[in-house]
Amino acid sequence: MIQQKLREIAKELLMKKEVDLIIGFGEGTLPLRATPIFVRDPEEAERIIWNSFCENNLATYLHKFDRFKVGLIVKGCDARSVVALNLEKRFKNNPPFLIGVPCQRMVDRRKVKKAVKGEILKALEEDDRIIVEGEGFRVILKRDDFLYTSCQVCTHRTPVQANVLVDQPVEELPLVESHPDMDQFESKSLEERWKFFENEASRCIRCYACREACPMCYCRECFVDSSRPKWIEKGLSPSDLTFYHMVRAYHQSGRCSGCGSCERACPMEIRLNYLTQKLNRDAKELFGFEVGINPDGPPPLSTFETEDKQDFIK
Amino acid sequence: MKFKLEKRDFKPFLQSLIDGYDLYAPVHLAEGVPVYRKMGRPDEVDLSLLNPQKSLKEVFFPQDEVMFRYEKVDQETQMVSTEEVKRERVVLGARPCDIEAISIIEEVFSGREYTDIYFLNKRKATTIIGMACHQPLPTCFCSSTGGGPFVRKGSDLFLIDLGEAYLVEILTEKGEAFKKNKFFKKTSAKNLQLAKELEEKASKKTDSTIPVKGIDQKLDQWVESPFWDRVHEKCISCRVCTYLCPTCHCFDIMDEALNEKGQRVRNWDSCLSEFYTLETSGHNPRATCRERTRQRLMHKFNYFPKIFDRIACVGCGRCILYCPVNFDIREVIKEINAK
Repeated sequence: MIQQKLREIAKELLMKKEVDLIIGFGEGTLPLRATPIFVRDPEEAERIIWNSFCENNLATYLHKFDRFKVGLIVKGCDARSVVALNLEKRFKNNPPFLIGVPCQRMVDRRKVKKAVKGEILKALEEDDRIIVEGEGFRVILKRDDFLYTSCQVCTHRTPVQANVLVDQPVEELPLVESHPDMDQFESKSLEERWKFFENEASRCIRCYACREACPMCYCRECFVDSSRPKWIEKGLSPSDLTFYHMVRAYHQSGRCSGCGSCERACPMEIRLNYLTQKLNRDAKELFGFEVGINPDGPPPLSTFETEDKQDFIK
Repeated sequence: MKFKLEKRDFKPFLQSLIDGYDLYAPVHLAEGVPVYRKMGRPDEVDLSLLNPQKSLKEVFFPQDEVMFRYEKVDQETQMVSTEEVKRERVVLGARPCDIEAISIIEEVFSGREYTDIYFLNKRKATTIIGMACHQPLPTCFCSSTGGGPFVRKGSDLFLIDLGEAYLVEILTEKGEAFKKNKFFKKTSAKNLQLAKELEEKASKKTDSTIPVKGIDQKLDQWVESPFWDRVHEKCISCRVCTYLCPTCHCFDIMDEALNEKGQRVRNWDSCLSEFYTLETSGHNPRATCRERTRQRLMHKFNYFPKIFDRIACVGCGRCILYCPVNFDIREVIKEINAK
């Protein structure tokens, strides 16, 4: 039903020329995958799909397509990124038209792959089940057991500030109270935290997939690419890798919607969300701020007030 | 020359390699994330996954590599070269696609005009023990690009997993140095037959229908084609495909220096990066993702075949498997072929 509605809305927007193109999801070429598609022709709206494999945050394309009027299909987290980008005044000329899908939470393809012995050749979603098939096996999995952790903890599945919602808002309750990776990280001693962080970062190949997948990473020149001044070397030394990941995370303070796209994009399966989730928790505790909920409030780290807490200065 | 290597002898065999050589083999950095590394102990070797995320090229062409070190001492500059490979090396567990990719890079790095001593020294000092693929992945299309899951080309020795044992084939002069290894036993006709059956089965599994034939000529007319206006759209300009690609071989040279001391380093570079072609003036001849995506595909399927008479893709499927947005090079090849 959601899928049909998306196609209808997309078709209408394109026919009425209210947008230049629709960015949504189409059928992927791999099992458990959907792929971003860019629809300009109303007739092509039929290619748009919706299922639990629509894992990308399509807001990242708004920078690449900033010369166009974009109709963007968004989940709750994606919409929050757009709100956050709007606060940073990214859409002076062409604010996107948001087609919001109250999200059913997305399926973690890696969790599914690890649960099944043998190569998955086909994957289907039927109601609350994921059916995976391969050579000589057919396994039925309970969808809710294979969700992304960032989706399990999500409390804003219904897109805020959407121009149109394709379905009724969903109940805003998390399946898991707080991110287990973050809890674990918080419970460690400083020394253990550093060891964990360094070990995760050590697998980094500096492909910058985490950066490119993230809608909030849009600097004209990222600090890692700058040669004058050169903030960081280009290699894989532990100091460079930890430096990159530390700065990437800190640049997300009070800006990250927790969509999990960075971690999903990483080919080396580096855990990244524990850091950004921790920063989100800090922003909430220190400033009562949640990213992308209030369309007017200034982001906490872009503003200064004399009443701001200063007890961290010692 | 064919032998049998019992599985129970495998660890001692690995130890014998570690004792005599620098042994490079796949090791898991985390669950499901293998890479090639120099082995310290036999039980680090993990052949459970078909192809490591990062390809074999890393063993010959590391992602970051010191070219030489320098230091100024009493007004004199001292340089230390890092060209030399001090110990003979063995690679174990590499698959035919990755081995073929090394020969592709070698074509470039052993050119008539330029030779890359860092790569070639490592290549010369390395014996490759290849390994047959019994279970090619659905994303594998080596059979389309001139390879196959049991292709021996480039291997000095070749292992075929028979279950209880490996069948060891010695294929080159370099490989002959191993024929006296005490763990290599006489093999039986039954084992040879089994290996043959496995080969036939595996060969049917990889996709041989990806139409790369003639793609280079077709692309001759395509530099300004509107085709490129759409192909790049979903690309987010990360470097996953180029860094994980076993044939991509671009690098960037930097000095890492502080005060009187430093080193010259080369790091992998990627044509998908905006900064790859950025000129000092500020002009960028490949200004957008459109030109950069075109470069990646044209280099593999048009420019490279013009010079070296073969495409620069071995069908390993990594760029398909690990792309964050499911950019599928097979689809692009099919589209080009269909036009």
